[in-house]
Amino acid sequence: MRNITAQAATAAAVPAGSDVAVEVRGICKMYNEVEALRGIDLDFPAGKLTTLLGPSGCGKTTLLKIIAGLIPATSGEVRVNGKAVTGPGPERAFVFQDFALMPWATVMRNVGFGLELKGMGKNERQAIAQKYIAEVGLSGFENKYPHELSGGMRQRVGLARAFAVNADVLLLDEPFSAVDEQNRRKFQEDLLELVEKEKKTFIFVTHSIEEAVYCSDRIVILSRRPGRIAQIIEPEIDRTASPDAIRRDQGYLDTVEEIWQGLKHYVD
Amino acid sequence: MTMFGYRVPMMASLLVWCFIWELVGRSGAMFLVPPLSDVLVAAVALVQTGTWQAAAITTLNSFLVGMFFAITVGIAVGVLMGRSTTADNLLGIWVNIFVSAPLSALVPVLMILFGMGETTVVVTVFLFAVWIIVLDTRAGIQGVPPSLVEMGRSYGASPWTLYGKIIFLAALPEILAGIRLGVVRGVKGVVIGQLLVAIIGYGELFELYSRNFDMVNFWALTIILFAAAMGLSALIENIEKRVDYYAGVR
Repeated sequence: MRNITAQAATAAAVPAGSDVAVEVRGICKMYNEVEALRGIDLDFPAGKLTTLLGPSGCGKTTLLKIIAGLIPATSGEVRVNGKAVTGPGPERAFVFQDFALMPWATVMRNVGFGLELKGMGKNERQAIAQKYIAEVGLSGFENKYPHELSGGMRQRVGLARAFAVNADVLLLDEPFSAVDEQNRRKFQEDLLELVEKEKKTFIFVTHSIEEAVYCSDRIVILSRRPGRIAQIIEPEIDRTASPDAIRRDQGYLDTVEEIWQGLKHYVD
Repeated sequence: MTMFGYRVPMMASLLVWCFIWELVGRSGAMFLVPPLSDVLVAAVALVQTGTWQAAAITTLNSFLVGMFFAITVGIAVGVLMGRSTTADNLLGIWVNIFVSAPLSALVPVLMILFGMGETTVVVTVFLFAVWIIVLDTRAGIQGVPPSLVEMGRSYGASPWTLYGKIIFLAALPEILAGIRLGVVRGVKGVVIGQLLVAIIGYGELFELYSRNFDMVNFWALTIILFAAAMGLSALIENIEKRVDYYAGVR
């Protein structure tokens, strides 16, 4: 486990030998009089999964939505692949906490919706959607409607939709919080496989310490409002081991414990 | 409903009431209530007359024109109020006043403004129907999950696409409920409008029959009108149910 303190964060932000996909520079966010984020400087390495973790109300979702271009920052700048963000863009795809599926559309249409908005022809987009439906393990459900699926399956649709647009950066806002515990574990394992396979940059928001340590290459811990970077941790866990072995790994357990000790004082 | 251990179908109570009506009519106790069988015979004869057909066409025409404007304006204003707080604050109080106001009282004023013709009836239909459509559309638009809108934006939907492909469809169940209630109110509007103007369409016939105490034809006319209003409402309810299947589960 590598522990990078906040002071050293800017200097040590880029792990040697990897590119930066997303740069966050001096982001501040005010909601009227309430300061949600203060002076966030962060680099997200390409091809890695970085988690934003923190107590509720620390602005982690706000930061993710600023990166997505869905809400404007009060000051500061976000650059994706070196280009400044002014709004949503095709190089970023978002996975929503409540899935945000269109209830009147089939799984197929929901997965292909990003492509439909880009104006891609029906056959072409269905072929791509089909590929990702299979990849997230939903083959055979193409013509089902969202209300016919379980929570876990609905989020798989949301994930397939994000993969289908072939964005470089995937932004996941507490994707498993509305999924039940058992499905969540399976889903986390599948996600890690997809991270390995798709070679994309993942930015992941969660409030689950275990989930963060289990999934992440790097964990950014935000402090309570106003959100600032409290700590950056890179869990050094052998990812080649089986999921069950990882969950029993001493490094994994130690990291979870350390993060909990750091966050404990934020909990009432 | 069960009675003496037997399951009685829903429409059975209607049959009982029809029977009572027939009995009261045959007893001749009240001249206002002719036997139902006479009324039904009269209804069949009535729909074959040129007078009724002309009146029905005039009525239907006023109703459809009025409803067309009520639906168009109602949805447009409802969407505006649902999406913009300023518009909501500006218009909300008026819509709420008009939705519960006894609009029949306004018809005489409308007659002065629009004359003793079909225009007044069209405006009456519009005023009866539009407010509930506005309110329901507004509620539907406000109920659209914010994440669905963010989803559209993050995947690059233009504002028009966002409305056409996401917001409108997500609000469709409420909009249809508004239209159904609007249609029911619109039927009231067309009859009240014509009754008060009194020289056109269905209202003219109503006026004619009731003034001459021709109760058989009066009730025939009423039954046809009730059946038409219920049929229209059922038709929209049917569409609503189909849409609900897709959009009701949020």
